[in-house]
Amino acid sequence: MISVNQLVAVSLVYVAFLFAIAFFAERASVRGRSGWLRSPLVYTLSLSIYCTAWTFYGAVGYAARSGMEFVTIYLGPSLVMIGWWWVLRKLVRIGRAQRATSVADLISARYGKSNLLAIVVTLMAVVGVTPYIALQLQSVTLSVSIFSDPVQSDGLSQSTATFWVAFGLAIFTVLFGTRNLNANERHDGVVIAIAVEAVVKLIALLAVGIFVVWGIAGGIGPMMDRIDSSPIGEWSMDRSRWVALTALSAAAFLALPRMFQVMVVENEDERHLQIASWAFPLYLMLMSLFVVPIAVIGLDILPAGSNPDLFVLTVPLAEGQGGLATLSFLGGFSSATSMVIVATLALSTMVSNHIVMPIWLSAQAEGAQVSGDVRNVVILARRASILMIIFFGYLYYRLSGGGAALAAIGLISFVGVAQFLPAMLGGIFWRGATRWGALAGLVVGFVVWVFCSLLPSFGPDAVLSATVFDNGIAGMGWLRPQALFGVEGIDPTVHAIVWSLTLNMVAFVCVSLVTFPQPLERLQGAQFVNVFDHSTQARGWDAAPATSEDLMVMAQRILGPTDALSLFRAEAQRQGLSGHLPEPTQGFLQTLERELAGSVGSATAHAMISQLVGGASVSVEDLMAVADESAQILEYSNRLEAKSAELSRTARQLREANEKLTALSVQKDAFLGQISHELRTPMTSIRSFSEILRDTDELEQAEKTKYASIIHGETIRLTRLLDDLLDLSVLENGQVSLNLDTGNLNDVIGQAVLSAGGDRSTRLTVRHEQAQIDRPLTTDLDRLRQVFINLITNAQKYCDAPRPELRIDVVDHGDGLHVVFHDNGTPIPSESRTLIFEKFSRINDKDGSGAGLGLAICREIMARLGGDITHEPRADGNAFIVHLPAQAALAAQ
Amino acid sequence: MGKHVLLVEDEINIIEAIQFLLSREGWQVDTHSDGATAVEKVRSMRPDLVVLDYMLPGKNGIDILTELRADPDFHRLPVLMLTARGQSRDRDLAERAGVSRFMTKPFSNTEVVTAVRDLVQLAQ
Amino acid sequence: MTDRKTNATLFLERRSYRRRRVMDALRLLPIAGLLLWLFPVFWPNAKDGPDAPASVSMSGAVTYVFIVWGVLILSALALWWAFAHRAGEAAEPPERDP
Repeated sequence: MISVNQLVAVSLVYVAFLFAIAFFAERASVRGRSGWLRSPLVYTLSLSIYCTAWTFYGAVGYAARSGMEFVTIYLGPSLVMIGWWWVLRKLVRIGRAQRATSVADLISARYGKSNLLAIVVTLMAVVGVTPYIALQLQSVTLSVSIFSDPVQSDGLSQSTATFWVAFGLAIFTVLFGTRNLNANERHDGVVIAIAVEAVVKLIALLAVGIFVVWGIAGGIGPMMDRIDSSPIGEWSMDRSRWVALTALSAAAFLALPRMFQVMVVENEDERHLQIASWAFPLYLMLMSLFVVPIAVIGLDILPAGSNPDLFVLTVPLAEGQGGLATLSFLGGFSSATSMVIVATLALSTMVSNHIVMPIWLSAQAEGAQVSGDVRNVVILARRASILMIIFFGYLYYRLSGGGAALAAIGLISFVGVAQFLPAMLGGIFWRGATRWGALAGLVVGFVVWVFCSLLPSFGPDAVLSATVFDNGIAGMGWLRPQALFGVEGIDPTVHAIVWSLTLNMVAFVCVSLVTFPQPLERLQGAQFVNVFDHSTQARGWDAAPATSEDLMVMAQRILGPTDALSLFRAEAQRQGLSGHLPEPTQGFLQTLERELAGSVGSATAHAMISQLVGGASVSVEDLMAVADESAQILEYSNRLEAKSAELSRTARQLREANEKLTALSVQKDAFLGQISHELRTPMTSIRSFSEILRDTDELEQAEKTKYASIIHGETIRLTRLLDDLLDLSVLENGQVSLNLDTGNLNDVIGQAVLSAGGDRSTRLTVRHEQAQIDRPLTTDLDRLRQVFINLITNAQKYCDAPRPELRIDVVDHGDGLHVVFHDNGTPIPSESRTLIFEKFSRINDKDGSGAGLGLAICREIMARLGGDITHEPRADGNAFIVHLPAQAALAAQ
Repeated sequence: MGKHVLLVEDEINIIEAIQFLLSREGWQVDTHSDGATAVEKVRSMRPDLVVLDYMLPGKNGIDILTELRADPDFHRLPVLMLTARGQSRDRDLAERAGVSRFMTKPFSNTEVVTAVRDLVQLAQ
Repeated sequence: MTDRKTNATLFLERRSYRRRRVMDALRLLPIAGLLLWLFPVFWPNAKDGPDAPASVSMSGAVTYVFIVWGVLILSALALWWAFAHRAGEAAEPPERDP
């Protein structure tokens, strides 16, 4: 016999293992090596959270009580998966296209991003799923109690154990479920952990089954005989339940929030769905293969009155197979924990996106314009929601006493969430479905479910008095919870399924038919229903009032600065604009809204953008008012709108190009004028003085010498100017061939200092601390030296300090080396700063000896060498910084 | 004799050359090399003729000329403009601004001296 | 040159024809599964009373349900293979959804 302590130890080791797996998966995905994490196999296995502890333990108990009826719970999902082409394909495509984060988000997005709908769905989901979470907690506690010695019940008290299980699950979900804010960025750690758990529970159940068939019964043939001779050996099926439960499980499979989470939100590739279409039914089949044999053997060998829900554990224990029982326990544990984790994750996303965030945003006076990072608020809201939901589950477990009432909750919960289905399917297949229709259907279905299914489950006189059961509310006989409208004799579960879904659909369809959808709703409806062939974007933003800056500020707070910036930059690039601010086109606003929806849900995202943009799709609404009902006109008008937006964008681009050309032409004129001026000025002096020398006889010798030396000086100035011009033109045309050589940066600086100081007697002191480290580099050393010499001579010429000084420092920088030339002259005035690297710009050039080309040449050279040169004003002077690229420095090493 | 010429020019060598040429002809030559204050200088000096460079630090020759012409005192003041930019558009601009004579550098000495002489005579 | 062109078109049409039939089968498979699994509803039932014909044995019922299951899974596997295989083969005209 295994002691409880051993069991706890095994569970702890198992949990630690899951934490480690999740942790490494997260790490791998952060490093971008998540390929294997996102295989079709993992996707299929993650779907197995459909099989909770209720199915792991409960299926056998179910079979022991009702024979083959248990299998309906698996038949529905199998049919849905095999028929993926009909519904799932569309659901996954829409979920991904709209970046839906949950069932509530999907429904709200479909019906014009109504947050009211989202809130209703969220509340319904919380009410429907919380008892189910309680059921999982109960199953873990119950299975532990099997192992505890009934005599000495010192071990763990049941409620304490439940508390710690709930606590551990909450920690796990918070840790791995809220690492990324963006729900669509997927939870690799969680998914991989539940995939591992899926394998464990499958192996556990198969192991018990194989042991039962071959170990106890002695093969397939004898097993079949024992089945036929057992109490459940005859086909005895309530026909209505067979049909209704198959339909119900199919509906719940589609509508369960946790299934939506793994099937749509965590879906990486739509092709995985195709593989899961056969692989997941296979998984379900294997999970149910040995259910009947285990039930039959359990009924046979265990004393009458043993709980059939625990046969999976008690049969191996009764046969003395402690190890097998432990494995089986881990299987049940896995089923329970994986369900709780994903269900909590899904519910907390809904609660935080549709309840907490809207309240928080409206509490902020400025709405979307709040200061600070909204991401922290969202993550906090999500964590708080997780804790709250698990706490609710725990509370429900404690209050309900963990009795038999809980066991029935599985099917009841299914009926509850199935109420989402009409709004979901109607939304993706019927364009006429409206917000009010969906709301009416949901509310009616929910009320019927509470009255016919949830409240009666507590038994007569618990919540509903026995009188209500027998005579209906206030004695109205047609309002009996198990015989609505006086229709008696139906199985209570089937009764609840049929009436809740029927009334739900009737309300949904009728209200949809009589209400008129809002424009946004109709556009969304078209996008959902025609998701496979819509190429034109439906919804429109009248983008004029929104500035890209506002959008940027908002996006940064929700997506984080890096993601927001890269999103905006990519869009700007796509639009062919430089910089990082794209035009707020309709297409971009929609992309942005969808990105935001991935973080805060579509209704909130829509509200935030509409706040900035100012009024949703006014132009479309105006068009709609006059336009005919038909979709063609709607789509046509959308296309027109897109076209006119396109045209105005093209016009803007043309205008921009024109401005650029005009600016270029002005620049060219100025440049030609400058060159002419620079050339003609010295020529004027030369011509004038040579004519004076030629024509004037009475010149004194001193005058002659003076004029000749002016001519001489001007000739030299002309020559230098021509040299510089040629140099610059060669550099600018890219015809220069670099003379790559390897040398030492310190040497290059030293040579430059020498040759710049050599021919001039200047007062400038140059300080160059020879660094101890050699800084080898491969580049065009002569060109680099030319840059350095230019900077030094500039300092000689322009540094106006009483004791002019130039300090040359080499600084290591992440992306290369910076050579800083720091002088102590007057800082260049800010209005001239942008000009100094332009051709012919001379700031404070008193003697006119320079042509103003030096820094322009330097900039060209550095561009050729793959680096850059910049100017920074310093408190005590100017710093010219030569950036050397890393590869120039690295290449030499 | 003793005519007063103001030379507004920022290149020292050209100042030296023109000063030499005109003083040899008997003119009294004053020089000024800042565009921004050139109009003030003309107002205070009241020369008989201005030799004006096109490209000057502070304010260019066209602007200076326009400002002078706006003042009735200098409406008929002879102004000889020199430019090194060599663009035909500049000549148009200068003529519209009311230049008396427009010359492109490099000029011949005789040309300048003749032009100055003609302009002063015309103004009398 | 004209020949090659015609051949290519024929070949493509043939392939997209196959693809359409695979899609038809994909759509029909769940309906077939539904009908097969609803079939037990017509079986005689132990609850029908003493006059009813002898009901199906549990082992037979289990075998039937699981054989249908296995056939559906294998068919889905085969269809997936045909679908993915053909889709990956060459550039085809974009699929049209009804």
